[in-house]
Amino acid sequence: MMNNEALQELISSWLPGLEFWEEGSEFLNIETPPDQLFGLMSRLKEDDACQFDYLYCLTGVDWGEALGVIYHLESTKHRHNIVVRVQTENRDHPSLDSVSSIWYTAEFHEREAFDFFGIIFNNHPNLKRLFLTEEWEGFPLRKDYVDEINMIIK
Amino acid sequence: MESTTIKSNFKSEEYFINMGPQHPATHGVLRLLLTIDGEIIKKVEPDLGYIHRSIEKMCERDSYQQIVHLTDRMDYLSANINNEAVCLCVEKALELEVPERVRVIRTIIGELTRISSHCLWWGVMGMDVGALTTFFYGFRDREMLNDIFEETCGARLTMNYNVPGGLMFDIHPNFVSRVKEFIAHFKTKIPEYDRLLTENVIFQKRTKGVGILSREDAISFGASGPVARGSGYSCDVRKYHPYSALDQVDFNEPLRTEGDTFARYSVRIEEMWESLSIVEQLIDNIPEGEYRVPTKAVIKLPKGEYYQKVETARGELGVYIISTGTKSPYRLKFRSPGFSNLSLLNHIAVGGKIGDLVATMATLDLVIPDIDR
Repeated sequence: MMNNEALQELISSWLPGLEFWEEGSEFLNIETPPDQLFGLMSRLKEDDACQFDYLYCLTGVDWGEALGVIYHLESTKHRHNIVVRVQTENRDHPSLDSVSSIWYTAEFHEREAFDFFGIIFNNHPNLKRLFLTEEWEGFPLRKDYVDEINMIIK
Repeated sequence: MESTTIKSNFKSEEYFINMGPQHPATHGVLRLLLTIDGEIIKKVEPDLGYIHRSIEKMCERDSYQQIVHLTDRMDYLSANINNEAVCLCVEKALELEVPERVRVIRTIIGELTRISSHCLWWGVMGMDVGALTTFFYGFRDREMLNDIFEETCGARLTMNYNVPGGLMFDIHPNFVSRVKEFIAHFKTKIPEYDRLLTENVIFQKRTKGVGILSREDAISFGASGPVARGSGYSCDVRKYHPYSALDQVDFNEPLRTEGDTFARYSVRIEEMWESLSIVEQLIDNIPEGEYRVPTKAVIKLPKGEYYQKVETARGELGVYIISTGTKSPYRLKFRSPGFSNLSLLNHIAVGGKIGDLVATMATLDLVIPDIDR
């Protein structure tokens, strides 16, 4: 098990310039630019000291100006946790690299994020609607989604 | 020579078949698109969303007390544990210490919920593979638990017994004696389950060596609960991140290494014994005290992110709250165990037969509202 300081030191030795924080969260958080996401994630999984092999939560978020994804990772060997956060460049054409080749579970979770937030995951093997029908318009979990019939807004 | 010529004259062809959304073995409105070649499965593609209610979107509008109600409707067989997860997360964010009495009662109710869920699972598992009797046996024993829940909080399925800060009501005066009655009753029933189904040769032949999931794949697919433990992956949240009174009790985490349908089945049977033992250790030692600490009528969580995981009857349920300091979460994500467990179905069913798919799916113990949320 590595503590947060050691993890932060190791990860910044691979990719300098990443933002780390622990405030307002029980885990160590990293924010990565979208173009470094895939490289960072595969390294977190493969590196012997890290071995984050368990992606237990993948959350799509609407941050207003941009959309984002938050990955919660745990190592089943070392039992340490890390939270990786990434934001898309804009909300009109939000796209991120898929991590489904690193963790199989991401395939379904990314489809869910695509379904509700409209985030396009590049290199995803089967990116299509999961819960909603193909002809559904819009992405319901975005903050600006309006459905006057089905939504009760207080 | 002649027989091979005859064989090559018959061309086999892949075709689609729909399993569900109204299929008894899918236990709810799950539709599977099967690509099959004769009886052999080539691909399983789940089609979800038939009962999606967008609970996560509703949570962005509701207060934290209201959110607890919605969680009953996710995995309705683990309703109490779902309630507990949200309450624990809110209490963690508020740094609210709940009384010892609450912690113990929550754990007892949680483990009884697990037994009740496994009883139902065991009943329908037998039914799926053609043993209708198990259905009645499982429901008979579950009935005793439902009666206890009804007496405790007035509801049999959507209990909503936990609230941020404690419990909705104190336990009923009959609670302890009725739980003890149940423990004595159920101890004689699990061996009966074993004699009826576990030791049945036909059942064993249908489940052993079927639907094999390796430990590495279980982790990569994000499997949790008995599905992962059947593949030898030790992941019990109650052991690794104990919550409520689980740090005070002594219990084992059943593990099997075979990774097949029978292994997942056996893990659940053993879990019933472990849950009984947890309840037994706590039932005589419920501390006196308050059953609830008062909270403000409008709960506002401090700005930040909070994650709480609990072990439901299906596996790891995560509640992830992003708060901006208002009365509702900015974003609330439920990491549901069933969703991740379903994602591995294609992986373990391909190459098997349709009959095996039914048995395999039964041991994944899918509850569709938990997947659809």
